[in-house]
Amino acid sequence: MDWDVVLQMIPKLAEGAVLTLKLLVLSGVIGLCLAVPMAVAKASRVWWISLFPRVYVFFFRGTPLLVQLFLVYYGLGQFETVRSSILWPVLFNAYWCAVLTFSLHTAAYITEILRGAIQAVPPGEIEAARAIGMRPSQVFRRIVLPRAFRMALPAYGNEVILMLKASALASTITLLDITGMAHTLYAKTYLPMESFVTAGVFYLIITYALTHLIWFLERRLHPDRKEPVTIIG
Amino acid sequence: MIDLHGFGALLFAGTFMTLQLTFCALALGLILGIFGATAKLSDASVLRWLGNSYSTLVRGMPEFLMVLIFYFGATDVLMSVASCFGYDEYIEVSAFVAGTTALGFIFGAYASELFRGAIIAIHPGQAEAARALGMSRRQTFFRITLPQVWRIALPGLGNLFMILMKDTALVSVVGLEELMRVTSFAVGRSKEPFTFYLTAAVIYLVLTSVASLGMQRLEKRANLGVRELA
Repeated sequence: MDWDVVLQMIPKLAEGAVLTLKLLVLSGVIGLCLAVPMAVAKASRVWWISLFPRVYVFFFRGTPLLVQLFLVYYGLGQFETVRSSILWPVLFNAYWCAVLTFSLHTAAYITEILRGAIQAVPPGEIEAARAIGMRPSQVFRRIVLPRAFRMALPAYGNEVILMLKASALASTITLLDITGMAHTLYAKTYLPMESFVTAGVFYLIITYALTHLIWFLERRLHPDRKEPVTIIG
Repeated sequence: MIDLHGFGALLFAGTFMTLQLTFCALALGLILGIFGATAKLSDASVLRWLGNSYSTLVRGMPEFLMVLIFYFGATDVLMSVASCFGYDEYIEVSAFVAGTTALGFIFGAYASELFRGAIIAIHPGQAEAARALGMSRRQTFFRITLPQVWRIALPGLGNLFMILMKDTALVSVVGLEELMRVTSFAVGRSKEPFTFYLTAAVIYLVLTSVASLGMQRLEKRANLGVRELA
């Protein structure tokens, strides 16, 4: 390892880290917003309500993220209607394509997590809420969703960390995130170990910080519980 | 029906390569996982430290970065090791070898945690009983512990296998002619990216669905004779 080179690489990689974090936060938030209605629909006992989320989750969990990314970034341009639509400036842009694909991808996983949590809410609590006269929408808003979110938090944390690692694929569509930066640094210096391993350290630091952030949130949401649930990072 | 412009055979060859890569990485990953788990449960603190740092480091890094490290870095490391032994020729690591090792390493890191959990889950009395019957430590491990580890770890391994299958697409970036790479080639020729990437997506869906069905059968078989809590 050539430590001087490593030191010179740090500012560039930090620049990449900003992009990685931007992608992560945007897709995490958008994915969560998409996942809430889908999880509710998927938990439904009416078959045609749960049909769309089931097909959606099956597709996004069964195919590699790289295929999904290329399908959006390269694939959509095949259609004249897409190219002439007002959405084209967005879909032509690698950054927004990455945000879109990552959001859709992570939404599928979050849907599954939330669905499990919604179905795990103890029936007694729902019955109690009904018994004191809450309307179905109130039961849902005040009892089911808050309970489900709390139960889903550790798994959601896992998913955020998985998404952090998956976001390295943004470099395949020309974006200069941490991995993309490492790749250009490698092309300049021909020092693979220095550039890629230093990039790896950046990811490790972010993973570590995220794990602790989620532990902190869990403690806040579970004031009754002392020890945080351990997260597989 | 979708018109593949005569690239069907190429896609088939790519799918075959994807499967080869998956199973080679699986074999390596299972071996590394068992070694990792035994290291983590070892009495020697050095081995425990090694096992734990292996899974922590590998699990904290993007899979894609691991593939790049193994592909571009392996040449460097191997050449410097070889030059210590007086061998100065250029060594090139093929994309297949680099991909297999990288994916196997990742699989092993996660699997070692699964195996560790499974080994702990087996009642120590069973190993004691086997030892009391006069089995050696090795016999106890292979006849008593390992078959049960398999049963307990199987659902988790199924998940990992599915992830591994999808991660093989990453190796296309370093030039292995697997499904994703041949699809990109077909896209370049036909100028129909959506058609071909969608076809690739469907092939991956079929592969993962078959794998998931296979896992269900394996689990059923591994759980023969285990009482289910109704």
